[in-house]
This record gives sequence, C-alpha cells and structure tokens, in this order.
Amino acid sequence: MYQYDTHDQAMVDARVAEYSDQVARRIAGTLTEDQFKPLRLKNGLYLQLHAYMLRVAVPYGTLDSRQMRMLGDIADKYDRGYGHFTTRQNIQYNWIKLEDSPAILADLATVGMHAIQTSGNCIRNTTADHFAGAAADEIADPRPYAELLRQWSTFHPEFDYLPRKFKVAIIGSETDRAAMKLHDIGIQVVQNEAGETGLRFYVGGGMGRTPMIAPVIRDFLPPLQMISYLEACLRIYNAHGRRDNKYKARIKILVHEIGADAYRTQVEEEFAHILTLNLEPPPAELERIKAQFVDPGFDAAATDAIDLSDPDFALWVDQNVHAHKAPGYAIVTVSLKPVGGIPGDATADQIRLMADLARDHSFDELRVSHAQNIVLPHVKKSDLYAIWQQLDAAELATANLDLISDIIACPGLDYCSLANARSIPVAQKIAQRFSDIGRQRELGELKLKISGCINACGHHHAGHIGILGVDRKGLENYQLLFGGSEGADTSLGSIIGPGFSEDGIVDAIEKATDVYLAKREADERFIDTYRRIGTAPFKEAIYG
Amino acid sequence: MSGDRIKVLTGNDLLSGDVTWWTGSAWSRKVDDAATVGDDGAAIAASEEAAQRVVGAYVIDAVREDGALRPTHIKERIRALGPTVRLDLSLRPNDPAAAGWIA
Repeated sequence: MYQYDTHDQAMVDARVAEYSDQVARRIAGTLTEDQFKPLRLKNGLYLQLHAYMLRVAVPYGTLDSRQMRMLGDIADKYDRGYGHFTTRQNIQYNWIKLEDSPAILADLATVGMHAIQTSGNCIRNTTADHFAGAAADEIADPRPYAELLRQWSTFHPEFDYLPRKFKVAIIGSETDRAAMKLHDIGIQVVQNEAGETGLRFYVGGGMGRTPMIAPVIRDFLPPLQMISYLEACLRIYNAHGRRDNKYKARIKILVHEIGADAYRTQVEEEFAHILTLNLEPPPAELERIKAQFVDPGFDAAATDAIDLSDPDFALWVDQNVHAHKAPGYAIVTVSLKPVGGIPGDATADQIRLMADLARDHSFDELRVSHAQNIVLPHVKKSDLYAIWQQLDAAELATANLDLISDIIACPGLDYCSLANARSIPVAQKIAQRFSDIGRQRELGELKLKISGCINACGHHHAGHIGILGVDRKGLENYQLLFGGSEGADTSLGSIIGPGFSEDGIVDAIEKATDVYLAKREADERFIDTYRRIGTAPFKEAIYG
Repeated sequence: MSGDRIKVLTGNDLLSGDVTWWTGSAWSRKVDDAATVGDDGAAIAASEEAAQRVVGAYVIDAVREDGALRPTHIKERIRALGPTVRLDLSLRPNDPAAAGWIA
C-alpha cells in the first residue's frame, strides 16, 4: 500500500502545526466560535450532541496495522475506549476534548494519518471497493487511481469552496461494493473490446433528501487523462452548481436539471480545453504510485484446503470469507455487528487485535468497508482457523455478513446533532428479533440500512429494506422503504406506507420477511422477490 | 411529568465539549441544576459565549417537578441523559424515570 513520501509527511505535519495554533487562539479567545468553526471542521472536528466528535480519514478505506493500532490507542488515550467505523470508510470518536484535538492529530501524523477532507464543501476522501487488490473478479486495482485522486484533490485551491461537499468512489470490478453510482462521481475501471484499460465516469449520483442514481457521462477514458477529466467535471459544477440553496447545491441537482447530455457536452468542451493546458500529472507519477500497490509476496505453495470440522468455524467461513485472486488465499470480513451491539463500534482492544491479525496474517493490510465492517484482504486459508479463534475470543466472529443483522446504521439521535430519530436501538432490536443464525441464513442476503434523518448517512435509500427515522410531532417515527440496492443493480427504495414506532418497525420487517419466504422462487434474494411481485403483497401483510 | 413549564439554557463546554446547563450563575453538567432563564436566555448565551465558557448555547423548553428537570424535546432529553445505547456513559439525572425517558 501507499507510503507517504517527504512531501506528504511535510504537508500533514504543517497542517498539525497550523491547527494547533488555531486551537490555541480559540482557547485564548482571539478567535470566536464563528471564526473557528470552519477551521475545526476542516480538521474533522464537529460539535455533536454530547461532545466534540473527531472524524479521522482513512483514504479509500485502506490502512496498515501501525495505523490501525494508533486508532485503537487514540480511543483509549483521548476517548472512552471505543471508536465508530462509518459508511464513509473512516472512523469517528465521540468524546473528544477540544484541547486534546491537536495532540490527536499529531499522533495520527506519526503514522501518516489525518482528518483532512473529512468535512467542508471540498472534495472529500475518496472511497473504494474494500476488496480492492484482492478480489477474484477484479479488472485492476482501483487504489492507485484513488491515491492519485487524493494527491490531486487535497487542498486543491480551485475546489476548496465548492457549492457543496463532493464525494468520489472508485471500483475496479464489475461487482460494485462501493455504492459507486450513489456518489457525486463514481469511477469504474473497465476494459474495452481491444482489452485496453479505461475509466468509466458516472456523475450526479447521491443519497440525502434527493436520492439519484448517477448516469454515465463518459463510457471510456484513458486512465492517463483522469485528472484532466475530473478537473473538467468539477469546473462545470463549480461554475453552475447552486449556491443559493444548500438543499439544491449537490452536483446531482445540476446534472438532473440541465440533463446528463447537456452536462456531458459542457464537460467535454472544458476537458478539450484542459488537455491543451497539460495539467495531467506525468505518467511516471501514476507508475510510482502503482508500484506501491503491487501484490504482496503471495506464497505460491499456499493450499486451498480448509479443515471445516468445527461447525461454528465452518459457518463463519461460509458467511464471512470471500474468494481471493491468489490460490490458497482468502478475504476475511470481520463483522462489527454482534447481535445487540452497535453497528460499526469497536473497542480499543478489538481495534488493536485486528491490527495484530493484519500484521501477522494479512501482509499488514486492513480495509474499512462502507458497510461498517473491517476486512483482512490477504489471508492464507491455512491461517483462517487461528484467526477465527482469536476473533471469536474477542467477540468479533459474528457470522452474519450480508445477512439481515449485518445492518448499516448511522449514529442517529444517540450521538448526532442532525438526527431526528435514533437508529442504533432499532438496529439492535431487529438483530435481536432475528438472532437465530439459522433463520438469518434461511432469509439469505438481505441488506438492511437505517438512517436517523433525511441526510441518509445510513444509506436507507439503498437498502433492500431501508428505514428512515423522522420526527413526528416530537416522537420518533420510522418510515419503511423496500427495493433499494447499491450494487451493480443499483436502485432506490420506495416508502411503502405510513411509518411505525420503534417496536412497530421491527414487527413490520418480520412480516415482510414472512411474505418473502412464502413467495420466493428458487434462489431469489429478498430484493429479487420484491422486484418480481411488487409492493402489494408486502403492504397487505404489514398494513392489512 | 406535569410540573412547571420553564425555559432553560444549555450548550457545550468550550474545552471539553460536555453538555452543560446554566444554573443562574455558572454551568453544570447536571440537567437538574438548570435554572429558569425566562426571556434572558439569549443575552446570557451571548455573554457566556463571549466569556469563552460555553459554545453553541441555546434556550430549550423543560418541565420541573419534585426537584427533577425533564427537557421537553427528545433530543434534549438524550443530551441530558447521554446515549441511550450506552447507559454506562449516562449522566443519570434526578428523575427516577430518566432511564425510561426515551423509550
């Protein structure tokens, strides 16, 4: 994975020094809160319901064991012993003191980490397929492009005050594991008929209060023109995106209002102009980055055999272990969704354990998935049992990946000042209702996502079952959506009827799963059955 | 609760970020210490923010009964209580029913 050079490190160190001075001035009273707020936000420090919250960047979700260990140590040293992994592939700490925040950033800088691009109307940290560089179905590792994008976008002076925040996701497989079409820009590494590698650009997707699926704006772009094309996409948005209404300021509104064809035409004109300016980084820079993402030294003698005689281990392998591109290796997903737990939360000890496992068994690499789980991307199959035993002892071996209890949930009203309703207790009650793993596996893949407000940090629009918490005359109320998906078959869920109380929503979901089990054909997933039979049978069961 | 409806001032401590309540002369971490501010909340908030003691101060509605204070809106009750999913981090207000404030 990418290691900081002296320029990267100097930039991060300078940022820490700058921020330390800003905090000192705030505490001394020479900066007011109005003056300080945009500065702290640019360094990931929010003020939430109970305290300051620090959002730490994990660019494209990739980190090494040293960085992961630091995340655990920060949880112990400066927070209350835990952290929360989010749908943006980063980590948030909920109980940070303002006076500690410069020291935290200084500690992070020692391992090449920071909180840059975690807030503000800039290009945020790029997200990526959490199986990048390991997936058996991958055309090319998307992370070199993500890293180049990071270097281009960080502190980009032209795009530091966009009409609104801007999120880019990048994948290198046909399988979309990054909700790519639901980002401001989604980039997919593809191959054309001649076998050449290129980039497909989707522009204008997003969730929030106006969910939209991004249309294709460029079907095939030579990779060495990526920065120029991004520059063109952003310039058109920066020039024409609305600044008068924050709810209509995202690029999805611009693309929707002028139309994808008109947007494409403007981008192509700007792109042609930019090409004449030679803004593209030299090819050697992309090659330098690519050289840091070469495959680790896989053991050619690694065996595919796994002793599955322990039934609990066999269950976990079946559910949480994926095919790897290298023979004898596998991809392990560590579920942060124990029954009754808080989705995405991990204690300092758990974080450090995962760091140790990555160091000892995964070529020192980990990934944060947008589904709020942790991935060990390169694990020898012969090591799986030892890993599982250590995870199990640390309550990290829940075998529920992509099942109904593998719920994405935002922090909701338990932590977030924007939320209207709590998300976590609903996730806990659903997981407890379906706690029987046999029942979960009988239901099969069922992606359930919960947001505590319309901002959709819990991706409720993209859930096979989505839940949106709203404030109804001072009471929490939960709307139920069916039909969303974030994969290659991306679709947006629809609200099926009146909302429910916290307990009512759990009952409604159970009724929906009963309908699915009664109506499904062959190997249909919940989403497949829903798409085939429509809303009516579900509404009848739930509201009838 | 069916006690007196009052207005109280809340915010976050500048340095720690802790939820804090205006007692009439200082700031307290305990919601039950909050004093009624009547129509003076905005002026107190401005003064206290200028003095670097609090950040993001604002007035909320609450009900006081038998020495316990219960904010009217669920968001403020959660601020007063702590995360409902981490009761080990709860601030434990005086109201004996506080643990069930939200459910």
